[in-house]
Amino acid sequence: MAGAFETVIGLEVHSQLLTQSKLFCGCPARFGAQANEHVCPVCLGLPGALPVPNGAAVDMAMRAALALGCQVRTQSVFERKNYFYPDLAKGYQISQFALPLSEHGELSVEVDGATRTVSIVRIHMEEDAAKNIHGVGSGTDTLVDFNRAGVPLIEIVSGPDLRSAAEAEAYLRRLREVLMFCGVNDGNLEEGSFRCDANVSIRPVGQQQLGTRTELKNINSFRFVRKAIEYEVSRQKAVVSGGGTIVQETRTWLESSATTVSMRSKEEAMDYRYFPDPDLPPLQVDEARVDAVRAALPELPVDKRARYVATMGLTESDAGVMTGHPEIACYFEGVVSELCKQLGNGAKLASVGKRVANFIQSEALRYVQTEGLAASLPGAPEALAELLALVEDGTVSGKMAKSVFSDMVQSGRSARALVDEKGLSQVSDAGQLESVIRDVLASSPDNVAAYRGGKTGLLGWFVGQVMKATKGAANPKLANELLRKLLDEEA
Amino acid sequence: MPSMPAEVHDLGVTEMAAGIADGSLSARALVDHHLARIETHDAHLHGFLHVDVAGARAQADRIDRARAAGKPLAPLAGVPIAVKDNMCTRTMPTTCASRMLAGYQPPYDAHVVECLAAAGAVILGKTNLDEFAMGSSTDNSAFGPTHNPWDLTRSPGGSSGGSASSVAARLSAAALGSDTGGSVRQPAAFCGLTAIKPTYGRVSRYGLVAFASSLDQVGPIARSARDAGRVLSAIAGYDRRDATSIDRPGEDFTASCGEAIRGVRVGVLAGAALEQCDPEMQASFKAGVQRLQDLGCQLVDVKLPHMGHGIAVYYLVAPAEASSNLARFDGMRYGMRKPSGDLRQTYAQTRADGFGTEVKRRIMLGTYALSSGYYDAFYLKAQRVRTLIRNDYEAAFAKCDVIASPTTPRPAFEIGAMHDDPLAMYLEDIFVLPPSLAGLPAVATPCGITRSGLPLGMQLTGSALSEAKLVQVADAFERDLAFDSLPPGLGRASEGA
Amino acid sequence: MAQTKIPRDQVEHVAKLASLMLADDEADRLGHELGEILAYMASLDELDVAAVEPTFHSIPMGAPLRADEVIACFPRETYLKSAPKSEAGGFAVPKVLEGEG
Repeated sequence: MAGAFETVIGLEVHSQLLTQSKLFCGCPARFGAQANEHVCPVCLGLPGALPVPNGAAVDMAMRAALALGCQVRTQSVFERKNYFYPDLAKGYQISQFALPLSEHGELSVEVDGATRTVSIVRIHMEEDAAKNIHGVGSGTDTLVDFNRAGVPLIEIVSGPDLRSAAEAEAYLRRLREVLMFCGVNDGNLEEGSFRCDANVSIRPVGQQQLGTRTELKNINSFRFVRKAIEYEVSRQKAVVSGGGTIVQETRTWLESSATTVSMRSKEEAMDYRYFPDPDLPPLQVDEARVDAVRAALPELPVDKRARYVATMGLTESDAGVMTGHPEIACYFEGVVSELCKQLGNGAKLASVGKRVANFIQSEALRYVQTEGLAASLPGAPEALAELLALVEDGTVSGKMAKSVFSDMVQSGRSARALVDEKGLSQVSDAGQLESVIRDVLASSPDNVAAYRGGKTGLLGWFVGQVMKATKGAANPKLANELLRKLLDEEA
Repeated sequence: MPSMPAEVHDLGVTEMAAGIADGSLSARALVDHHLARIETHDAHLHGFLHVDVAGARAQADRIDRARAAGKPLAPLAGVPIAVKDNMCTRTMPTTCASRMLAGYQPPYDAHVVECLAAAGAVILGKTNLDEFAMGSSTDNSAFGPTHNPWDLTRSPGGSSGGSASSVAARLSAAALGSDTGGSVRQPAAFCGLTAIKPTYGRVSRYGLVAFASSLDQVGPIARSARDAGRVLSAIAGYDRRDATSIDRPGEDFTASCGEAIRGVRVGVLAGAALEQCDPEMQASFKAGVQRLQDLGCQLVDVKLPHMGHGIAVYYLVAPAEASSNLARFDGMRYGMRKPSGDLRQTYAQTRADGFGTEVKRRIMLGTYALSSGYYDAFYLKAQRVRTLIRNDYEAAFAKCDVIASPTTPRPAFEIGAMHDDPLAMYLEDIFVLPPSLAGLPAVATPCGITRSGLPLGMQLTGSALSEAKLVQVADAFERDLAFDSLPPGLGRASEGA
Repeated sequence: MAQTKIPRDQVEHVAKLASLMLADDEADRLGHELGEILAYMASLDELDVAAVEPTFHSIPMGAPLRADEVIACFPRETYLKSAPKSEAGGFAVPKVLEGEG
């Protein structure tokens, strides 16, 4: 039967590292400058210039490797990948080949409730290429901007373990999340700081041997990844079902036509003539350096989610939202910890966590804007914790808290200040509330009599009257208690 | 013939620096004297590709003013020095003697150029070389060959032939060359001079246009071991811009000059390589070894069983690295471009027109050695044999302090002699290649002269970082030999006439 | 030594890898010369070095690691002025296809 095919996908992700300076020179690694303003003899490949590796890039690459469960080699080797292209200043790219920085990691992804563990074959370090700019100026030439040339990259190569476009997308989302939570990458697909190539093949179900693969390039969004792979799989199935064979080639995703088109076949594939870069002695990282990086590893998002569910009473879905971005997780944890501190010993983490998560989801998230690893948050965690503490002790009702929060975000003032200023405190003083209640009872003798005569359902009506008299400021719990007491005792 | 009184240009680096420091010489006068000599003699020698008259005079004037103001002078203050044209200079072109880089002026100075400036040296200009330092004759310069001051029909050696020619002819007191596989030592031997190829990593390569990165070292060429050691002292030392730089503080490599060398164990190479040398070279080398013994050295027979394989190893490793190092010369960011149809054609045509025959030959050889299917058989195998050569030295240095050999099998050959036989040319490098492959320091020093009046050289190789010992031995040897480094024709008699 | 000549198609393949345009006679001559030189290199085959570690760096050391510090850059004119062609702050090169490379 045609159609009984299994899809096999492996992904190669290039992720820029968030160092200050480039991998082999001191030029700024961040963008935003005019073309060719972040260049020097080294990254322009001028005659006589030499590379010196950036220790922070090595540490960040190790952080990613350890977070993904890889083994770090104490000695790895930078090699030269030789080919000619205008975005390549030296005629070679400094990369790692035979002895990469790290190998043998894994990452689990869940799709429709099923977990797939994807092997990470290797993570190696290399330098980014320059940017070719098309259609600028007179338009007859391509213009090359070397600002990006030499920015540190890690290439993360997965095994051929993914079985669907959905799994590939889930893997990329998980991978991006890990790198962002480790603080090594800003996860920006559109601007190319997180880039993906996909190796796609199909094979008859049950066959062990891998089919001939094609390599898909230019898939710079999660949506494109899915669409490109789905298109490519259907194309391959059509070719095979029609009696044809798949040609090993590089194909590029064209969003305009929603298809993949061939760039070059294997026959044209380059012979890169890798050899150890004689300018760079082996990269040695001793155990102490690896241990230091390992010790400083932040908690990974998957572990955060498990902890939120296990100890904070969050649902899986809540936990997912609270780890939607490193800064959101940080905000959430900050509010919880501050609130627990304010509430003292009696506070139960489980109930506090759940209430904080609910409030953040319903009220705070709408104010959050993220850009890369940065996020603008609706104030400090302490500010929200103060508000939620006022809810906990009954000073502010849950409903009022929402409008107070909105005022806090707009004015930047504290919850306490706003509540005091606007007289929004609940009437929680028993004496004060009792006199209000006595007035209500005195003005409704008929209903009092009816209640005392057995129509206890009127209690709600009395609560409503008390609320009305206090313009909603009465603590509903206390009002209930006092009403019941006064109605009952004077019977 | 009684020797004539020395002229100012016969003084060594040490004496010139001393004269300027004590006020008996003016830096400006010294520089003008050398500039005048360049004007007179370099038309025949063609050692210089660029002479920086204004820059040299300005530097000399600064030195004279500093001295007049009573300021302390740096160790090479006012000493006129020439620099091989494959070291980057901000104020002079850096062409590597290639059409590819004709007129190219780098935006920065090489580390060694910075060092010379910091040491107060006056850089006279840039000297000719085999294109991108590939060759042993200086014939492979896109701008024409350099001539040997001892015999203008002969090659000064290469690739630092312009530097050697200028020092031998007294157009500069000393010069920087670069040595990948003998490129300061062989020209020194051909021109009756002393040169030091330092331990790999001793001198920063930052700003030296790379030929074969795992072998390249900058080294001085001078008229004595002491002078060469003095220049080396100025350029050696750690540089964090070169990841292969050895993290060691600076050193005075001339500290033991003048001391006796009694008891130094000299390993003497025996074997086929020696027997294949020119008979006069063999005789001169034997006499040199005898002289070392007479000076109190203890002679030890040593073998380097894999030395003969050094040529094959070198001519695989160096071209392989070169093929990659020279890929940046593609006509896109600097240097020559020959527009020709599309991008790929422009690359290929630019490189076809920009590079000379020998450079293209080595790029082809190196590309082949690294290409798929040949990497293991050629490049990787060569790197494994390189380990055997290193091991040979390790065993030898267990028995001796320095190893003596001829520098070259023969004296200077005629210009163009081996153009049509590249392999024959490569085979002449048999003695100079093994120290390069092992990263070891070596000194080339004059050991005699042929009946027809051509200098012959002896090479002393030491263990890693033993430059001071090598300078000490060469200095003692030179003082005893009293080799007259002045080529005839540039002689005192003719100038006096 | 004629039999050691490198075949023409191989010379052309290597020239393509090296981005070198070769004239007919040049390719022919290089085929001969490289053949002769490589035949000489075959002398290494008499050594059994399969178990010997290669020497990529003659002086054993690890790469020094640089501190992650930014060094101020020179204005781009410093570099663009040496370019065979430049435009709008970029190095101008013959048109390349988008996505190629």
